[in-house]
Amino acid sequence: MTIVCNGERLEALAGATVSSLLETLGIASGRVAVEVNSRIVRRDEFPRLALRDNDRVELVHLVGGG
Amino acid sequence: MKTESLTIGGRSYSSRLIVGTGKYPDLDIMRLSIDASGAALVTVAVRRIDLSQRGGGRSLLDYIDTSRVALLPNTAGCTTADEAVRVARLGREAGLSDLVKLEVIGDERTLFPDNEGLLQATRVLVKEGFTVLPYTNDDLVVAKRLRDAGAAAVMPLAAPIGSGLGIQNAVSLRLLLEEIRDLPVIVDAGVGTASDAAMVMEIGADGVLMNTGIAGAGEPIKMARSMRLAVEAGRLAYESGRIPKKLYATASSPMERLVRDDS
Repeated sequence: MTIVCNGERLEALAGATVSSLLETLGIASGRVAVEVNSRIVRRDEFPRLALRDNDRVELVHLVGGG
Repeated sequence: MKTESLTIGGRSYSSRLIVGTGKYPDLDIMRLSIDASGAALVTVAVRRIDLSQRGGGRSLLDYIDTSRVALLPNTAGCTTADEAVRVARLGREAGLSDLVKLEVIGDERTLFPDNEGLLQATRVLVKEGFTVLPYTNDDLVVAKRLRDAGAAAVMPLAAPIGSGLGIQNAVSLRLLLEEIRDLPVIVDAGVGTASDAAMVMEIGADGVLMNTGIAGAGEPIKMARSMRLAVEAGRLAYESGRIPKKLYATASSPMERLVRDDS
């Protein structure tokens, strides 16, 4: 299936969850915030939330700013 | 001698100086500058993770000791209330902080706030339990509206973001400080050097927020210390009650028993 992650199209395995996506991308889940289809996904939902074809996923973190 | 601390939304911070974490030459200089500034609250921005740099490199939070310094995520770059609300929610998840420095920008070149959007977003976020610190212009009426909307502080600008011009509209800022007494007024943006920060505190601001003034200085760590001292000096001067300004001289030494040629 294909998802759109941070504006890029990505191939993901069927049955992928938020946790497995983060793992595949090499992103530590500690300080990341996740949105799927404009809804915030809480940290405890990461292992459970299965992604579906055409989901729009945002992965954000904190960077330097004023 | 210690000035009383800054309290925002029921939480107290040991410093009246809030600093940003952007635009430093590198993250080590940022870390040392935060230390030198004495700040207990630092702003951070919320951005998409760069998927091309997967896993690589250390992140900002590896350089901030969050046991000593609280995070204040911002909504910088947002131009509508909806965008700002979305980014605030993401910032809360990423930073594990209910605090938000709310920015809704209405003009690209000046980065002046869009007050209508700012008010809308403030109302939504207050309802969701955020401690909202809106970046606003130096307009008393807008500040009152933000207060009525439930903002935990108001953060008027001294001058455009990153301009380093210092206070450009002292009368507006002073009127705002006179009238908004029931929640903290933190002057945010435009501070260029230590005297600007001292001036802001002398006229009664509860705190100052700055980023470029430190990060863009020739020696950021030294400037951070300078700003710390300026904020403390300005606050002490404010609390001490300055003398009235007069046009003519008043002698400091006794005018009696002067040594004179009596011949």
